[in-house]
Amino acid sequence: MALLEIRSLSKSFRGLRAVTRASFQVPEGGLVALIGPNGAGKTTIFNMAAGVYAPDAGEIVFAGRRIDGLRPDQVCAAGVGRTFQVVKPFAGMSVLDNVIVGALRAERRVPEARSHALGILEKLNLGAKRDLPAASLTLPDRKRLEVARALATGPRLLLLDEVMAGLRPTECDQLVEVFRDLNRGGLTILLIEHVMRAVMALAQHVVVLHHGEIIAQGAPEQVVRDPAVLECYLGEETDV
Amino acid sequence: MRARLLLGALGAGLIALPQFSGSYVLSLATLALYFAFTGQAWNVMMGFAGQLSLGHSLFVGLGAYAAAALFVKFGIGPWAGLWVAMALCVAAGAAIGLLAFRFGISGVYFALLTIAFAEFTRIGFDHIGWLGGPGGLFLKVGQRTSWDLANLRGTPVMFYYVMLALTAGAFALCAWLLRSRAGYYWQAIREDEDAARALGINTFRWKLLAVAISAAMTSLAGVFFAFYYNNLFPEQIFHISQSIEIILGPIVGGVGTLFGPILGAVLLTTLAESLTNLVAATGLDIPGVKQVFYGVILLLVIMFLPNGIWPPIAKRFGLGRKD
Repeated sequence: MALLEIRSLSKSFRGLRAVTRASFQVPEGGLVALIGPNGAGKTTIFNMAAGVYAPDAGEIVFAGRRIDGLRPDQVCAAGVGRTFQVVKPFAGMSVLDNVIVGALRAERRVPEARSHALGILEKLNLGAKRDLPAASLTLPDRKRLEVARALATGPRLLLLDEVMAGLRPTECDQLVEVFRDLNRGGLTILLIEHVMRAVMALAQHVVVLHHGEIIAQGAPEQVVRDPAVLECYLGEETDV
Repeated sequence: MRARLLLGALGAGLIALPQFSGSYVLSLATLALYFAFTGQAWNVMMGFAGQLSLGHSLFVGLGAYAAAALFVKFGIGPWAGLWVAMALCVAAGAAIGLLAFRFGISGVYFALLTIAFAEFTRIGFDHIGWLGGPGGLFLKVGQRTSWDLANLRGTPVMFYYVMLALTAGAFALCAWLLRSRAGYYWQAIREDEDAARALGINTFRWKLLAVAISAAMTSLAGVFFAFYYNNLFPEQIFHISQSIEIILGPIVGGVGTLFGPILGAVLLTTLAESLTNLVAATGLDIPGVKQVFYGVILLLVIMFLPNGIWPPIAKRFGLGRKD
């Protein structure tokens, strides 16, 4: 059964069509990657799913319930956690306090939220840095913090917007391992990713977006051989 | 632990102060506490939740006029009147908040809106003849030697203790708020509102709560003002200079900290008063010397200690970042 269902979603910005009739599904417990060149409309789809914008047309159904047009906090309350492509740490607060803010969604009392947050920091290898101000973290750690905060809200579906970008291959592999563990634990994940290394290692299903339209979807090995996908990434093939 | 000790010593000193100080020092201390209290109230909105108000005189004025009018016109005492004052200020704060947050007005534009509300209320009160208009509203003054706490009529020592209790109460409230769910949510909103929303925080509701609490606290300062000074003029109590004086303490002491507003208010009040006396002693007549002094202090703090005086002190003596 699909946990998240995107049905014929469209969105324009002042006449520019960012997304056109996109449809795909994320099955319960699945790990789906949304890929495509820059400007393909991936983040626009994410932002609609997360409640930042309402779609012009189409529906977003999460766990059997329409969530398009809800506010971001309502979408989060419904069980969708998200990270931002450009990380947004609460810079003046400590790493632990950042995650406590997320944990307070599920645990209303601060002491309980605190212990929940500590567990999540351990899971993401940030335990030793919990008392540092978030502003002092390096980019890889900020990305991890972004994930930790979203996880702390206790989501059923996690939306990851390019969390691997800018990471070294070893750091990338560590994070892949974390996501694989989370997915095994029952968390459904939809990720936008440019780093194909991560996509190939993680995704069970890949959706390819180009100029706001879905041009291919399927298993990763199959999608990367699709001529339409090769064309949009590498240019048209010519005979020599 | 150190913070607790410091707090205990400070409290004991303040409680004992009237025993060995003259009436001048006592009035100065009362004034310092008044600004420590209003600074803390403002700090809830700006320091905790990141919503800049430059119109807090609105809440001082509304609180003062509500309690004074009930007392003068209907004989209703301040302990009953303060609830009316508080309700009125919460309603005014909610009106500003609803308007601003509903339409996504933030930052400088929000600050302008708070000024606008304070200003048109000032002008409005100039035209309410029933409350004296620009001529002012007065409470009966008399030389009192006993305490009448029920009607808030009494000696300067009584007013000092009332203000001390208010300031201590505000401190306890702020310390509790900062460690509660609200405190975490407000700081998240202050740091990055989009990220806060994505973590499930209904930012509209929590910002409104910050404004309401700040307005309710400030209204109490207004009630105190009315019964302490016994005269109210719209030109004075709603004036923007009131709002500015309220925020100087927290800015100098440290916005968003617990001790900052208190430290800033005490420093500014005592230094400004000493300076005024010094100038008077030299026989020179320099009007506005206090304002120039405030300007210079503000400049220095912004240049050299942009987070205020308290954070480096806290760090130096290991008093914890939040305290």
